[in-house]
Amino acid sequence: MALKLADYKTDVHNDWCPGCGDFGIVNAIQMALAEMGIQRDKAAMFSGIGCSGKTSHYINTFGVHTLHGRVLTFAQGAKIANPDLTVVAVGGDGDGLGIGAGHFVAAGRRNVDMTYIIFDNGVYGLTKGQASPTLKLGEKTKSLPTPNTNSNVNPIGLAIASGFTFVARGYSYDVRHLKDLIIQAVKHKGLSFLDVLQPCPTYNDLNTRDWYAGTDLVDEAQKRHSRIYKLEDQGFEPVVHYNSEVEVNEKLSQALIKSLEWGNKIPTGVFYKNGLISPYTERLKDKIPNYLENPPAKQNISKNGVSNTNISKMLDSLEV
Amino acid sequence: MSSIDFTWLIGGPQGSGVESGANIFSKVCAEMGYQVFGKREFYSNIKGEHSYFTVRVANKKIHSNVNDVTLMTSFDAETLFRHYDEVMSGGGIIYDSDLEDVKTDSVRTLDAPFKKRLHDELESKNKPLTIAGVLDVARENGVSLFPVSFKSILEILSEETENPRLKGLVRMFNVIGVSLSLGLVQMPPDTLQKTIGTIFSKKPEVAKINQQTANYAYNYATAKFEAFDHSLPRTEKESKTLLVQGFQGTALGKIACGCRFQPYYPITPASDESVFLETNELLEVTDERPGSVAVIQTEDEISAMGMTIGGALTGTRSSTCTSGPGFALMTEMLGWAGMNEVPVVITNYQRSGPSTGLPTRHGQDDLLFSVHAGHGDFPKIVYASGEIEESFYDTGNCFNYADVFQVPVIHMMDKFHASSVITCKRFDPQKISINRGKLLEKVDGDYKRFEFTDDGVSPRSRLGMDNGIFWNTGDESDETGHITEDPILRVKMMDKRMSRLDLILESIPDVEQAVSFGVEEYSVISWGSTIGPVIDAIDLLKKEGISIGLVQLKLMHPFPSEHVSSLLKDAKIIIDIEANHSGQMGKMFKQNVGRDIDYFILKYSGRAMTCTEVYDSLKKIVQKKADKREVLMHGA
Repeated sequence: MALKLADYKTDVHNDWCPGCGDFGIVNAIQMALAEMGIQRDKAAMFSGIGCSGKTSHYINTFGVHTLHGRVLTFAQGAKIANPDLTVVAVGGDGDGLGIGAGHFVAAGRRNVDMTYIIFDNGVYGLTKGQASPTLKLGEKTKSLPTPNTNSNVNPIGLAIASGFTFVARGYSYDVRHLKDLIIQAVKHKGLSFLDVLQPCPTYNDLNTRDWYAGTDLVDEAQKRHSRIYKLEDQGFEPVVHYNSEVEVNEKLSQALIKSLEWGNKIPTGVFYKNGLISPYTERLKDKIPNYLENPPAKQNISKNGVSNTNISKMLDSLEV
Repeated sequence: MSSIDFTWLIGGPQGSGVESGANIFSKVCAEMGYQVFGKREFYSNIKGEHSYFTVRVANKKIHSNVNDVTLMTSFDAETLFRHYDEVMSGGGIIYDSDLEDVKTDSVRTLDAPFKKRLHDELESKNKPLTIAGVLDVARENGVSLFPVSFKSILEILSEETENPRLKGLVRMFNVIGVSLSLGLVQMPPDTLQKTIGTIFSKKPEVAKINQQTANYAYNYATAKFEAFDHSLPRTEKESKTLLVQGFQGTALGKIACGCRFQPYYPITPASDESVFLETNELLEVTDERPGSVAVIQTEDEISAMGMTIGGALTGTRSSTCTSGPGFALMTEMLGWAGMNEVPVVITNYQRSGPSTGLPTRHGQDDLLFSVHAGHGDFPKIVYASGEIEESFYDTGNCFNYADVFQVPVIHMMDKFHASSVITCKRFDPQKISINRGKLLEKVDGDYKRFEFTDDGVSPRSRLGMDNGIFWNTGDESDETGHITEDPILRVKMMDKRMSRLDLILESIPDVEQAVSFGVEEYSVISWGSTIGPVIDAIDLLKKEGISIGLVQLKLMHPFPSEHVSSLLKDAKIIIDIEANHSGQMGKMFKQNVGRDIDYFILKYSGRAMTCTEVYDSLKKIVQKKADKREVLMHGA
């Protein structure tokens, strides 16, 4: 039976602040799941800690609300043990790029076939608005006692440098575009990363919905210009087409340069896509030939309540 | 045949083949029917620092090492400086005669505190601070000396075999040392040749050159060395004997009991287990397609634990293996696993802490930490294996406990286990029963992962199971797994989870909780690898007509208070023996059983206990000459 959008929603009370950018992201994820027709019990949403951590409770698939900074570790473990699952991990920018930055980098090196979405709002919302890793140096949001003393991390650039093979950015108030990006990310064979700009209406009074919409940027003809633009509208070509150093380096460099754009023009869309790097499952298959047909989660480990693994050869080699 | 109990020691710089020399010696002895208990000691270093191996060989079951060395073989000066005084009267030292003039000051790796103690000792005996000096002391102690120039053995051999390369091949020194030793104790030579052939079976050229060298050195010893009081004649071999290293017990247990996923981060002394699993990742399964265990090297122990939990959520038997510092990093996740009732097994090969501590040395320092690991109240099991043979079967039990009670299980092992090489009965995988508890085969109708049930354990679905959708959260949750802060539900959920501790004590058979070896007026309580030396020490005392009881604790948490209390009801004096500073198990015993510990025998020098020193302390206790706290010090 075909599933409808409503089937992917739970009846759990959503306690995000009115106007929170997170709503757009959860809607986009549900729309993407519905559009792809992924069976609810074949998908698992993993989330970190913070406002975004609650996402997994609002989506009617398997939902694993993990620990601060650690969502990628749980998600990768599940995907490696059961590669048939569709795995999507979500978390805030503090979660993924602050406390969890080490896992972010390591995940890029592994390229496990799953999707990671960062809800990027520049603040730690649930602890009342401290500066998060994407807030710029010297900026002062309203709940900061003094301006931010740290430089910001560049999520797109870090993902590219770490080896993510699909890197894109969405905007939580452009839900349809975000939904399309999520579908591309989930379908990508390898680790995909989505940096989603998501205004926090309560604590980030700098990068607000109006700011992204460019209400402060008015040209001579009194016309507003949204700061957000789409790379695809400018003919940006993010895809690595063949496996040569020149091609890969060119696509990586242009993505990195684009990732540095901020201020009055903020790119969204796909920055980089390389389907030629082997996903982790393929790397395991090289070692364990039947890994995909008989992964850890599918193996039968006993017969009549007793071990069915034959370890005689290993024991023979130790016998004297 | 009369009783044979022989201890051989080989030492040398790390990277010089001490370990492979000891492997050859152990294997030859085991092949000849002897029981073997070998132990490796090494620095946290790749090359150059002193490492040594003691191999105890006997024609009866042994569980530990002794203090006295019967025969030492050394091809470097440091081994002589460090161990000359461990060789017993009537024992022997085979040494490189080219080293006699070496002064202590020219051995850079002799550390200052040791050198000072050695100098004080030699000066008090008016001996020069040289190899000749320490050998003189050994001779006066009644030790026979067997000098031989290792270099000239290579030179002669090089000429005889017309192989000029051999002349400078100092890495053959280990094989020379082993072969001289075996020649001296008249071990039949054919087994030595065969063993070298087996060990180097993949490199026939290397095997050949080693066999030639071994043959020459063996014959040299039989022809040139004076008679030695000790010999190792051929003996009756028991069938189905294994020669295993500690980490292989848990690794093989994991493979046999269906662990199919092991993420880990490298740490001494735990990594060997994971490397063994990965080396043997492809599995034969009876009447099934081939299986496999996916071993994943992660970026840190936090990730290892997170991945292990992720794997367990798919229904896969999942575990990780670590040591103190790594386990410390895992503890936040341990609480998550407890909160979400996830069956995972953490094999904890303890080493000596705190912090980096003595990273390659032994200790049982992490019992209280493991019992209390993680913030908040949640149920877990802490289980400790005594001997290596046990650890194979215990591993199977740990996975059953995890599945049946849906709790994280911490399986306590240690460095003494990990770097011991022992003979034991061939493991029997048919004795590994597999009980997955309430893991569902399929889900019909409405499903609630954390449903309240009579026994406090809910049916468990797995990620990807048809109709089995569930939610997990580190927050308090309702029966479906969604967040709640309702005070009444909170209490119900907390009670449900914590009731598991009683269920565990009721369900796990008594003999798996604590083992009695007989209880006497004086009775020992002990745990983990320390059991081995204690068993041997009690055996020695028994021969003198002194009976001492022993209870081995295995289920460390939840603590089996009633069972342990009833086992020890006839004991008047309780002696706690363990390898840490504060008598951690003794503290738990007092807290749970309500009885005081009368004597502690403790060791925290980083070296495992020998049965000799346990014997000495127990005897002092029985003779009422002991301090309340006996601290053991043996071992370089």
